[in-house]
Amino acid sequence: MTNIIYLDNNATTKVDERVAEKMLPYFCKYYGNPSSMHDFGGNVKHAVDEARAQIAEFMGANTEREIIFTGSGSESANLAVKGVLEAKKGRKHIITTRVEHACVLNQYKLLEKEGYVVDYIDVLPSGELDLSKLESMVNDDTALVSCMMANNETGVIFPVDKVAQIVKKKNHRTKVFVDAVQAAGKIKLDVKNTEIDMMSISGHKFHAPKGVGALYIKAGTLISPLIIGGHQEKGKRAGTEAVPSLVGFGYAAQLAQENLEYEATEVKKMRDALEQNIIKSVYNARINTNTDFRVPNTTNIGFQFIEGELILLHLSELGICASSGSACTSGSLEPSHVLKAQGIPFSALHGSIRFSLSRFNTMKEIDEVSSVLPKVIEKLNNISPFQKELKDLRAKSLIVR
Amino acid sequence: MWDYTDKVKEHFTKPKNVGMIEDADAVGEAGSLVCGDMLKLYLKVDKNGIITDAKFQTFGCGSAVASSSILTEMVIGKHIDEAKNITNKQIADALGGLPPEKMHCSVMGHEALENAIADYYGIEIKPHEEEKIVCKCFHLSEEEIVNVIKKHNIKTIEELSKITQAGSACGQCISELGKLIDKVNEKKPMSKVQMIIKVNELIENHIARELQKDGGDIELVDIDGFNVMVRLKGSCSMCNSAKLTLKNFVEATLKENIDNRIEVIQVND
Repeated sequence: MTNIIYLDNNATTKVDERVAEKMLPYFCKYYGNPSSMHDFGGNVKHAVDEARAQIAEFMGANTEREIIFTGSGSESANLAVKGVLEAKKGRKHIITTRVEHACVLNQYKLLEKEGYVVDYIDVLPSGELDLSKLESMVNDDTALVSCMMANNETGVIFPVDKVAQIVKKKNHRTKVFVDAVQAAGKIKLDVKNTEIDMMSISGHKFHAPKGVGALYIKAGTLISPLIIGGHQEKGKRAGTEAVPSLVGFGYAAQLAQENLEYEATEVKKMRDALEQNIIKSVYNARINTNTDFRVPNTTNIGFQFIEGELILLHLSELGICASSGSACTSGSLEPSHVLKAQGIPFSALHGSIRFSLSRFNTMKEIDEVSSVLPKVIEKLNNISPFQKELKDLRAKSLIVR
Repeated sequence: MWDYTDKVKEHFTKPKNVGMIEDADAVGEAGSLVCGDMLKLYLKVDKNGIITDAKFQTFGCGSAVASSSILTEMVIGKHIDEAKNITNKQIADALGGLPPEKMHCSVMGHEALENAIADYYGIEIKPHEEEKIVCKCFHLSEEEIVNVIKKHNIKTIEELSKITQAGSACGQCISELGKLIDKVNEKKPMSKVQMIIKVNELIENHIARELQKDGGDIELVDIDGFNVMVRLKGSCSMCNSAKLTLKNFVEATLKENIDNRIEVIQVND
């Protein structure tokens, strides 16, 4: 492989080397079980406690007792949804958005089969939520409302605190769950100043290792465990703690917190530059979500009349890693449910590419991508059967300039 | 990431025969923008009916471009009637195989070729008027879908969508697709004559040929209900593992292809 330019940080991130270093002693040196009676294990417990405090601080929880460690963002979401419905049975109504991540959406599809009624919040063409009907959707039977904080495909930020306010005002017994996996490390989390009951995050999206996540559960919220066994995680999630991963998770959160300002300025600058360079040099490119309410690292660009997988494969040949929610990728032939919900035209739906940056990217890399991408697109445009449509687009772009 | 063969990669990174032929003698189209796959195939045919040039334009994923590219290579130099016999499986095989989810790309290539040939002969590209179009997004008739269900022994809508894309865009036809799958898979009692014809065909064309490779042979003696009586010949008749062959190969093949209840019984002279 040639040099890799990694612009797929919403899929996963590189583990920060400082994080990896912090983890190392917990493999061979401090390998005790935090539940053991001896000091050797007890000392390891302190490391887990510290990680919990770091995550509590990172999420803006009131106390570290509100943090449950899990094995992934998906597990956190499953614990939140299943746990809260199991703990308080009876009410059968759920509200969510059309553009949630599969780890949430697929649970609701199953629950619908089990007799739950699910209402979906629409999105506007800008990618933002249409909250106009939310209040009227909530009723006495509403057990749960779930809404992501930032969308993984478009990066659009949803006003989750406002959602919680609207919901709680109408029915204070309704639980509110926020999937913050794509927001964590990109924008500030401050859950204590909201009415949110549960919030999930995942380590590998902010330079911690894969296989570790957390669920914030507001004090007093009843939740049943998914995994039964020992008393770990206050009985909410049995299983010996993944100590090295938790140490890395906590430290990565601390570093991410320190880097939020850098994300908001420098990472954003790189994202904006990439976006502008592409729009200027590729006449059939369009920004799918051009709103200010976006996490600073993500852009989703539609290349009209060419197909996304083909673009990714050709970029991959050049060592450039990006992603697409289009048909044909990742084992699914369906076009992105997110872009579809947003009403992106078919001409761009199948050719939409997500570029997601991190603090490890450089402006030099952005320049490199900006210079090779137009050549790739030009080559693929020539293969397209929609030559007339492309010609029209080109003519239009010349007039605009 | 898909497991694409090197051949597929070669054909999507450096596709052959990209473009259009201005004065083409035949043009064929398949797919549409909505589906996420579309192919236009242009053919130049000389007075003897030989395809002298072929070009393509494709909107689609890596395997769609690769299928189109290799198809142009396959048809150039062939007589148009010879090109007619190219199947989607041959397109996929020429690429060293395609992932099952991507088989529809080779189907699209085949469709575009069919349409181009129809165009060459001046046949109206069949609008399938008398036929019932089930999947409107991918323009698939009931007959086409039923054929695919039979050919690939399809049991679920997901399997069907992977091969034909039927039902994967707007989703309106999904319940109808389910009904078609059920209809095809419904076990109808077979008459004895039908059964004999099917079993004999399978034995002669597949099973006997395999055994002949090892110097053996097999013939059908009689059928009684689901009991299939056969006689082993040649080296098979003396082989110690004949019983195993009978169970694991002959019976398994018949069960798999005709009916699960079949039992094979060896008859000695």
